[in-house]
Amino acid sequence: MINPDAKLAENIFEKPAMASTREGFGKGVVEAGKADERVVVLTADLAESTQAHHFEKAFPERFVQVGVAEQNLATVAAGMANYGKIPFITSYAAFNPGRNWEQIRTTIGINNVPVIVCGMHAGVSVGPDGATHQALEDLAMMRAIPRFTVISACDSEEGRKATIAAAKLGTPVYMRWGREKSPVMTTPDTPFQIGKAQLFWQSKNPSVAIFATGSLLYQALLAARDLEAEGTEVSVVNVHTVKPLDRETIVSEATRAGAVVTVEEHQVHGGFGGAIAELLSREAPVPIEFIGMQDRFGQSGEAQELIEHFGMSHTAIKEAVIRAAARRSPTPGFRKSR
Amino acid sequence: MNAITDAEIKAIEGKALEIRKTIIEMLAAAKSGHTAGPLGMADIFAALYFHVLKHDPKNPAWAERDRLILSNGHITPVRYAAMAHAGYFPVEECLTLRTFGSRLQGHPERESLPGLETTSGPLGSGLSQAAGYALAARMDGKPFRVFCLTSDGEQEEGNTWEGAMFAAKYRLTNLVQVMDRNNIQIDGNTEDVMPLEPLDEKYRAFGWHVIPIDGHNVGQFVAACDEARSIKEKPTLILAHTTPGKGVPSIENDYRWHGAPPGKGPSDKFPADQQKAMFLQELEKGNNV
Repeated sequence: MINPDAKLAENIFEKPAMASTREGFGKGVVEAGKADERVVVLTADLAESTQAHHFEKAFPERFVQVGVAEQNLATVAAGMANYGKIPFITSYAAFNPGRNWEQIRTTIGINNVPVIVCGMHAGVSVGPDGATHQALEDLAMMRAIPRFTVISACDSEEGRKATIAAAKLGTPVYMRWGREKSPVMTTPDTPFQIGKAQLFWQSKNPSVAIFATGSLLYQALLAARDLEAEGTEVSVVNVHTVKPLDRETIVSEATRAGAVVTVEEHQVHGGFGGAIAELLSREAPVPIEFIGMQDRFGQSGEAQELIEHFGMSHTAIKEAVIRAAARRSPTPGFRKSR
Repeated sequence: MNAITDAEIKAIEGKALEIRKTIIEMLAAAKSGHTAGPLGMADIFAALYFHVLKHDPKNPAWAERDRLILSNGHITPVRYAAMAHAGYFPVEECLTLRTFGSRLQGHPERESLPGLETTSGPLGSGLSQAAGYALAARMDGKPFRVFCLTSDGEQEEGNTWEGAMFAAKYRLTNLVQVMDRNNIQIDGNTEDVMPLEPLDEKYRAFGWHVIPIDGHNVGQFVAACDEARSIKEKPTLILAHTTPGKGVPSIENDYRWHGAPPGKGPSDKFPADQQKAMFLQELEKGNNV
């Protein structure tokens, strides 16, 4: 059942409100700008697509248009942050951090200045634009850079809260955003704290813990509901902060269940699933199945058909849960954490 | 505003000689690092730290200071030497260059040593950082100036031209780029590796005010910095023609000395200590001519 402490929206399975996570960024960054006049927003010729245009309208004197120049986007922002501003830099994740990764590493990471890198249109759900524009490697690229906090919000409302929180961190941040409208599961009452994972679906005796990041979390909840009806209990954890991981919650849920499925709209190599595996191999080794892109590029299509085609829908998650459950150790003692 | 007397020029030239000697000493001690570029930029660094820049060596974080962004981080020995002679830290500390635990990293790191302003080394990203800094300062009405030192080789980087367009778009009159036009890079002469000329016309076409100077003429450099203050509506490029290895005639203009310290150059017939002594002699001799 849905964890009441998560204070999720009513009727999320029957008739969820729909909004893209990037819309949450558009709202959140205006609120962050109202709260702190050091906040500035830069874009590389994608003001509307990235939803940065809301900030441009509210604070034109604090909005910077750099043109189609993502390396300039990162380095101008590094200079502004070095001075004392709090810049959000916005473009598609395929280019930011796809094209300007070295500039981000050197002039934001090593320089240690508080730039918030926003990669929009992440995942295959970008849809018709095709493989070139479907960023599937950004989490791997960004979680490899020291000092960066990496956030991938599950819905628009969580994205709004995450944006406001990121502006207050004072350190480098990467935020991943989706283009397509997706169910809004959380409410203004849902607790949010960077670095704190949340149990969204709970059961008495879970045989598998599902850790999900981004809007695919909804697919994980659909899978959990179906599985429960079929007699398989699982837990579903919303892991919006990919780095640093919430060690305590993840180790505890993995140990309790004894098997894990990770869910991300990203390559299975080096991304969110990889991060979970790194943690659990040290702290609580259990079988893990990985839902995500299986070392492939995307292609044109509608968001939902691509999610299904590439094996990231709730039916694929259900199958992964059944595989993971079958691999559980028969001896509960083996599942104890160190 | 910055009018300079002959006596002041003489004093700056004296500082440049001290800086060059320290560069040779520190590179010899480190047994690695770049020789040609730092020697070539010693006159400009002396002029910056001993005349042009508004700064306080005892308070590197002074909010109203002029900002000096070094884009081509590999010539950082000249910056370290100039800062040490200006009083930021003891000159002896220069001999820790590139060693484990030193504040003087092989390429400059902002948080490692107060006064460095930014981290650099990977080429082509300094001009945009300086432009962002200048824009942010103007948003807040700050009067300080931002100087960005670049190399000619890094004009081959696309990021440099993205920054050049940006600075012109936002009319960053508080930004001055000083380009070390020494005609060499690691693999050869710039015009062989990737032709750059006409650099002055390119920058004018990109919306910059361009002042070509002899980069070893302190009076010309100071006058160019003054002129830049008077230019409204445009950022300024001081195109400083320099001699790589300046002051040590036996290595001047030889691209093979771009990335080599004493004892490790192309004509490597001398042990490092002996070559260091020879270089120091050449510096003294040139000064007495």
